[in-house]
Amino acid sequence: MENVGNYIMPVLFCGIIGYGCAAGVDVFSVFVSGAGKGLGTAVKILPSLVALATAVGMLRVSGALDVICYALSPVANTLGLPTQLIPLALLRPVSGSSAMVIFQGILESYHPDSYIGRVASVMMGSTETTFYTIALYYGATKVRDIRHSLTTSLTADIVGFIASVAAVGLFLGGGPV
Amino acid sequence: MSVLFVGMVLFSFVSAAFGGAMPQLSEAILSESANAVQLVLKILGSICLWSGVMEVAEASGITRKLASAFSPVTRLLFRGLEEDSPAMRAITMNFTANLLGLGNAATPLGLTAMQELEKQEHTGTRASNNMILFVVLNTASLQLIPTTTAMLRLQNGSAAPMEILPAVWMASALSVLSGILMAKLMERLGR
Repeated sequence: MENVGNYIMPVLFCGIIGYGCAAGVDVFSVFVSGAGKGLGTAVKILPSLVALATAVGMLRVSGALDVICYALSPVANTLGLPTQLIPLALLRPVSGSSAMVIFQGILESYHPDSYIGRVASVMMGSTETTFYTIALYYGATKVRDIRHSLTTSLTADIVGFIASVAAVGLFLGGGPV
Repeated sequence: MSVLFVGMVLFSFVSAAFGGAMPQLSEAILSESANAVQLVLKILGSICLWSGVMEVAEASGITRKLASAFSPVTRLLFRGLEEDSPAMRAITMNFTANLLGLGNAATPLGLTAMQELEKQEHTGTRASNNMILFVVLNTASLQLIPTTTAMLRLQNGSAAPMEILPAVWMASALSVLSGILMAKLMERLGR
């Protein structure tokens, strides 16, 4: 399993370069010209990332998430989402690195193979850092009115969290302790 | 974007005022912009690298073949985009990287796809339906093998780090599906 995983990246990279060479492409100069465009993209995403990183950082330290956590715990209870996992569910869409810290904490205090540990793992594996992705992707364009992007993405996240609980119950058994 | 930004900033201020977290808030305002620069620096190399790889793949015709292989699915999802357009080819490359679990490659390819969509659909400052759908698919995680999560499980003493796979696939599939349905529904509502 791990061996196959190690092959994916090199095979893809070398495959594309090798195929380009075989197809008669001037690989180096085409690569460099593409990489140059990438530089422009990176410069373009910086301003929106500065705005978002500041807002996320403020949210994280202000205790705002605790307020939301507290407000949401009755909702989570009725949905069958274990209350220990609310902080993870809340932070996951907002900040990848903070979610990782919380996930690590959950794995340490509950065993990875416990019910809580499994649900947390499935949550981590089946979702992405929504806010970051939105800021980055739209930051690369001139779009400022993102219309229903956030509503739609957060819906997918919430469904993903509820589905994580259901899927663990279905495939691995166990239930809220 | 403005609503989101202002909402987060003001909500943080009010929370910090009630919870007495002003010093931390002050610190965050001062330091987070530097973190953003660090983040861009960290992914700068991979953005350049994968933009270069994408260019080579374009020139040699791989992306064209890949796009036509994916077209039964992508044609259904993205309306009004030609199967053989630069945007569709970049979208296909992004999906491929996502499915293979190559997050480092998926993001730069996704950025290229967004710029191609912008060029092709003349979006101006308003997001197009196809952009929204594409972003949703990326926020909902198409990854088949969650390597980082599995590694953390292993490090913390899990007997079977990969036992979560079927559950991850089911949760991902439902999440992606609900994202697509929601995007299509909101399109209809015509906001």
